[in-house]
Parts: sequence; C-alpha cells; structure tokens
Amino acid sequence: MRRLLIILVFLAGAAGAAFWTLTAPTPIVTDSLASALETGGDVEKGKAVFYAGGCAACHVSQGQPEGQEDRLKLGGGLELKSPFGSFYAPNISPHPTDGIGKWKVADLVNAMQGGVSPAGDHYFPAFPYTTYAHAKVEDIRDLMAFLRTLEPIPGKAPAHTVGFPFNVRRGLGLWKRLYLDHAPVAEEVARPLNWNRGKYLVEALGHCAECHSGRDFIGGVIEKYRFAGGPDLEGKDWVPNITQHKDGIADWSAKDIAYMLKTGDTPDGDSVGGSMTAVVRNMAELSDADREAIAAYIKSLPPREGPPKPPKKD
Amino acid sequence: MKKLFFAVAALAIVATSVMAQSDPIATRKATMKKVGEGAAAVGKIAKGEAPFDLATVQAALKSMQDAAKVMPTLFPDTSKTGGDTAALPKIWETKADFDAKWAKLGAEATDAAAKIKDEASFKAEFPAVGKNCGGCHESYRAKKS
Repeated sequence: MRRLLIILVFLAGAAGAAFWTLTAPTPIVTDSLASALETGGDVEKGKAVFYAGGCAACHVSQGQPEGQEDRLKLGGGLELKSPFGSFYAPNISPHPTDGIGKWKVADLVNAMQGGVSPAGDHYFPAFPYTTYAHAKVEDIRDLMAFLRTLEPIPGKAPAHTVGFPFNVRRGLGLWKRLYLDHAPVAEEVARPLNWNRGKYLVEALGHCAECHSGRDFIGGVIEKYRFAGGPDLEGKDWVPNITQHKDGIADWSAKDIAYMLKTGDTPDGDSVGGSMTAVVRNMAELSDADREAIAAYIKSLPPREGPPKPPKKD
Repeated sequence: MKKLFFAVAALAIVATSVMAQSDPIATRKATMKKVGEGAAAVGKIAKGEAPFDLATVQAALKSMQDAAKVMPTLFPDTSKTGGDTAALPKIWETKADFDAKWAKLGAEATDAAAKIKDEASFKAEFPAVGKNCGGCHESYRAKKS
C-alpha cells in the first residue's frame, strides 16, 4: 500500500515536471541579439507591414464614432468572442505603461512570433502569432519603427474572460507544440514573383487562414479545412470558403479578388460584411501590386471542401 | 382596352404593396438583389471588364435610390426572423442609425446620379457611393457563407 502511494507520488511529480518543461514559454530572440534589432527600422516599410498584417482590425481603440474611427489609435479593447470565452485586444499604442511604449523590437518579435510576452507568459492564439511566426524579422523591426511613431493612448483593455482549463496559460505551451511552427514561408521558384509575394502576404502577415479555416475543439486549424471556411468562432455565422472549390470562390477571377480587397465589392454585386469590412479597410491601404499578389496566391489555392454546415434554420 | 390596362396596373401596384406588407423579408431580398445586379454591372466597368456605359451606371444608382426609399419600411418587428433572413437583430436595436444609413446612401446616390456624365466623373464619384454598402453590411447583416 505504502509502496503504491510512493509510486503514485513519484508519477505525479514526473508528470508535473514534464508539463512544466513541455509548456515553458520560449522567446525567439535572445538578449544577445536584442540590441542589434534596435537599429535600422524603416517607418514607411513598417506602415505597409502594419496594413498587410491587419493589426488595426483588432487593436483600434474602441468607442470612437462609427465610420470615422482613427485606425492609428491603437488603444485596443475590441471583444473577440469564442467558444473558450471572450478575448479583448490589448493596447498596442506606444503608451509607456498601458501600451507597448517600453517594448524593445525583440519584445515585439517574441510576441508576434513566439506568442510570448515580455514577462515570459504565453499569449492566447486569438492573437494570430501562428501566422506571424512565418514573417521576416526585418518586417517586424520595421513594423515597430512605425508603431513608435503613433499616438500613445492611455487605458488598458478589459481582462480576458476565459474559463478553465483554457485560462491556465501555461497549458498553451502544449497547444503551441501542436500548432505553432516557425518555418519561413517557402519560396517556390517555379512560380511568378508576385505569387510568392502573395504567399508571404497571406501566410505570414494577412492571416486570412486564421478566420477562413475550420478549427478543432481546442482551437487549432484543421489542415484539410485550411482556407475552406467554417463556423465563425463568435458562434453566429459561417466564414466563407475561399479555396477554388465550387462552394468557394472558384468563379472569381484574380481581378475580382483584388478588387474586393480594395472596395469590399464582390463580383455578384454584393459587398462583404461583418469583420471582413475591417479587413478590407486595411487591404485598401496596400499597393495595387500587393493586392494583385494576394489575389494571385488565393486564386491558386487547391479546391477544398469545408466542414459540414448545420441545416439552415428558418 | 385602356380600362383594362389601368385595372392591371392598379392590381399590380396593390399586389406589390400587399406583398411588401405580408412578406417584407422577400421584398427586401428582392430589393437588395436588384441593387446587387446594378452593382455587379458597374463593378465590371470599374474592373475594366466592360466598356463604360452611362445607362448602366445610372440604372445602378437608380436602384440604390429606390432601395433607400423602401428599405427602411421593410423591417417591422414581425420580420426579425424567418425566410432565411441575414438581417441581424442590431437593425431593430439601433433602427434610427440603420434608417440614417439608408438616407445617406439615397442622398449620395442621387447626388452622384446628377454629377456622373462620363467615365471621368464616374471614376471620381462612384467609389464613395459604393462604400455605403460595406458600411451597413458590417453591422447589420450576418456573414455570407
């Protein structure tokens, strides 16, 4: 009996130690490299990264007059509902205490690519670091140069209201082992230059797949449903399939995609709604060449059937 | 013959208004479909897939003005659900803003219709009118799938 108890205690201890090791937040940039990143950031290039990454779509200060928001006020506060609870986009303005005014470039790299805060905690993947992990470090350095030019906004976003067990941030270490990889976007030399540019914009910055994919019960993208749409995590709607499947956008030309990203107008004379309107506001700031590049890549996505839809309610 | 024509016309008008009252969801869908057809044709011109045609542009603006007049009346409290509607509950929560957005579209479409006379004025005036579509769909319509 006593022996069994000792074994059990030992096993529990071993499991605890394994959990602790497996879930440790690991920063991307070490201290020795951090100072090198502080110089050379390009504000103009950073601005393009800012819009391509769609940062403002979530981090824009809430409570501004509708239709005339200043999208460069990044005080945060937007609520993102999910099956796990509500997340609130934090303040990423250069405010020294409420925002990220004291951050080094390395802190932003660790946040965007490692999902790790300066204090060494895991971020929830509502912040799409699974996409940004594929970005070039120079792009994040430029982005920081741009963010530092913006107005510091006081005020913090509300705390996330996430239930157990998802509120145990350490557990996200396991989640990252399943879903976070840091491979740079692979260039395909047989493809045109602008297709490769589009691939980078979509897979490393634009994070289209973060919404337009079916997800599993712990919120990881299901690969066979990548870009094939699925239930809106907010629980009301369905996010469209954007692959070349017949239920997707096979009947759109690359020109139609680029035009939608600029104007919000779809080829059938409709206009995109919901959270996609905020996406379009960012995409409209890109160059025509970048929108065409995104379109070329999206137009090349293999047809995939999305998750089964629930029967329509009347 | 003339009498018959008037009778048919009157009947058609009555039928339309009865339909609007009895099935506002179907009516607003049909109205939006008309706007969409106009916008699709204009989109082709804007993308350079069709030559500029003033009549097409004016017809699209007309359908927007018509919709702006009738749409605010098509959301009685009894039409919040059913008919596979994509209308979000927020419409009834902030009906004044919803109506104001339609009025803005109506005014801007009317203004653009007066100003647009050729391809240059089309390129200058139309995009601003088109922005109204997303302005409403952002808050008041469920995602399309």
